[in-house]
Amino acid sequence: MSLTNDRIKERLVEKFGEQVSAFSEPYGMLTFEAPKELNLKVLNFLYDDEELKFRFLTDLQAVHYPDDKGRELAVVYHLHNLVDNVRIRFKVFTDIKTPDVYTATGLFSGANWMERETYDFFGVNFVGHPNLKRILNVDEMDYFPMRKEYPLEDQTRIDKDDEMFGRG
Amino acid sequence: MTEHEHIRLPEGSIEKTTTTLNLGPTHPATHGVFQNILELDGERIVSAEQTVGYIHRAFEKLAERRPLYQVTPLTDRLNYCSSPINNMGWHITCEKLLGIKTPKRVDYLRVIIMELARISDHLICNSIVGVDTGAYTGFLYVMQYRELIYEIYEEICGSRLTTNIGRIGGFERNFNDIAFQKLDKFLAEYPAVLKEFINLFERNRIFMERTQGTGAISADRALNYSFTGPNLRAAGVDYDVRVHTPYSSYEDFQFNVPVGTTGDNFDRWQVRNDEMWESLSIIEQAYRKVKEFKGADAEVFHADVPEYYLPEKEDVYTKMEALIWHFKIIMGEIDIPVGEVYNCVEGANGEVGFYLISDGGRTPYRLHFRRPCFIYYQAYEEMTKGSMMSDAIITLSSLNVIAGEMDA
Amino acid sequence: MGRPVAYNVNEKKLENDISIANMPEGHQGEGFFATSLNKVVGLARKNSIWPLPFATSCCGIEFMATMGSHYDLARFGSERVGFSPRQCDLLMVMGTIAKKMGPVVKQVYLQMAEPRWVIAVGACACSGGIFDTYSVLQGIDQVVPVDVYVPGCPPRPEAIIDGVMRIQDLIGKESLRRRNGDRYKALLEGYAIQ
Repeated sequence: MSLTNDRIKERLVEKFGEQVSAFSEPYGMLTFEAPKELNLKVLNFLYDDEELKFRFLTDLQAVHYPDDKGRELAVVYHLHNLVDNVRIRFKVFTDIKTPDVYTATGLFSGANWMERETYDFFGVNFVGHPNLKRILNVDEMDYFPMRKEYPLEDQTRIDKDDEMFGRG
Repeated sequence: MTEHEHIRLPEGSIEKTTTTLNLGPTHPATHGVFQNILELDGERIVSAEQTVGYIHRAFEKLAERRPLYQVTPLTDRLNYCSSPINNMGWHITCEKLLGIKTPKRVDYLRVIIMELARISDHLICNSIVGVDTGAYTGFLYVMQYRELIYEIYEEICGSRLTTNIGRIGGFERNFNDIAFQKLDKFLAEYPAVLKEFINLFERNRIFMERTQGTGAISADRALNYSFTGPNLRAAGVDYDVRVHTPYSSYEDFQFNVPVGTTGDNFDRWQVRNDEMWESLSIIEQAYRKVKEFKGADAEVFHADVPEYYLPEKEDVYTKMEALIWHFKIIMGEIDIPVGEVYNCVEGANGEVGFYLISDGGRTPYRLHFRRPCFIYYQAYEEMTKGSMMSDAIITLSSLNVIAGEMDA
Repeated sequence: MGRPVAYNVNEKKLENDISIANMPEGHQGEGFFATSLNKVVGLARKNSIWPLPFATSCCGIEFMATMGSHYDLARFGSERVGFSPRQCDLLMVMGTIAKKMGPVVKQVYLQMAEPRWVIAVGACACSGGIFDTYSVLQGIDQVVPVDVYVPGCPPRPEAIIDGVMRIQDLIGKESLRRRNGDRYKALLEGYAIQ
């Protein structure tokens, strides 16, 4: 029997009950969320279970929703079951004042740099990460640039005329 | 110097049991800027710490400012050795979000361009592995044939390297006869060149001894590190996005997916060569299929979606709807549906993914590029621990790390 | 949609089979030729430039194509590209320079011996290019003095060769006392280079 989105949803609800929520299938990919304390339990369950077998971490990154108070930062995991060719998306939301999420590096070594990148851009603190420091930006940077409140351009430029760029 | 304060010398170096060597950002053997701080015990590497971000250009934040078309030039500059693949991947992602279905002829033309880009990228990688072992001739010989590929791109989109080729729904212009003539010339001349290039290295004792057994990684570790592409296939796992989740009508083509055994440098080199032969075969099949379209069908080069694809100029001057669509597309005020989509294509280095979240505005709310080079470069320390310095250099170039893609 | 692109079928005829460069002005006699020192030195320097390709991104690949056999840069004297700053004359910065990389460019420039020239290839090296962001240096002339700027994204190999030919003009006409003069010193002071 091939693995369908409904079957995955059934297994997840069976194991975690009310804690997994917000199931949806945008463009065919099952998406759900869980509280941030459970992220490792869910990932381990998806990895170890013989029927689900989501053993490949495709991608890990974050999204900033400044208007959703209490749930501003979303860490999104894309997982892939290579044998049955099924992908799912798993989100955990965290508050921006205490953005602590458990690290997935114990399970997937590939999550190491992906989490460093997420920390560098959004400030998500991955608890238990072996080497959580900035990776792409300069080390001296003291803010998290991908958050919506920070501008794109370099603020020290004096020769650009903002009027011409529609920002004056 | 204050600018290198972040490098802390490890204990072993201070007590003089190991040497710290900075395989710095400016280095002849890397095609790109990234740094490795190596701890050496004589010639053997004890540990390696990587620093990346020397060409971080904030693509993801830039993309939040740009309407969908303006993001295409950013995708060009991700893996700039094979930029058409990134462009096509982005357009296919947009088409998935917008619900556009492209006609078959467009798909086949896209396949031709993507496979040419794959050949172009693998040629650079393999010839640079040759250069790093000391063999410069292969590189010069093969660059000549990359010029032929550039000429084909130029005929279609005007640019050689950062192509910005195609549009959402198809291509900007039909492939004219000259483009097909150039493609014929390439298909006629290139196989002999590839054969000669391979002959220079394949049974060459020096090359074999330098690349076999070095920089190996097992399939389990590779999967754990989320490797994809030729590096994963060299380790033995046959995961290819073109076969797993076919896009752009790849299911209509017959091709093999070459797989290695040990995941060492020689296997990666072999896998890339075999992929080039497979790409040639796919291009020939696609070309034959394109030639089968006759008459009016042969004029189709884009999907009929005037809301997202610029209408013909005659219509813009005469019809009201065409004028409105033209205005909206040029000003970037097209209506994108709300939603989130993840789409991936098989780039030359692995699975290039685009995670696009749209909130209905004119620009993406969040666009994330899943960049294979960034993900597999993490494993470099594990691959080179205990090996010699010169083997580490060859491992670095056979991994094909492109800094533009790694840092985005 | 779109004009069909036409292939140039009108070939330009060669005037001479071999073209010879002009001799500098001077006084010639039986077995000797007298001219001023800076002309001779300029002629020697400009035809044997050893570049240091500081290739960071896409322009680096166009540089590889320029070094290839189709658009040979070696015929201009740049046969040997060196990667050691101590042995090179021309620093070719090709590609985007991020703020993290700025001090590295400066350090490489400082390690070069006089006379040294800098060519900024590509829009990103000239002015930051399309990347007007917090992490990209908006032009390498913020950290090192630049002699020639080659625009383009990426510039065609012909454009890179044109840039090198302009450098050759600059080198050929440079006065031997320029590097010791006040104006040059003031220029380096402006970049905080001693």
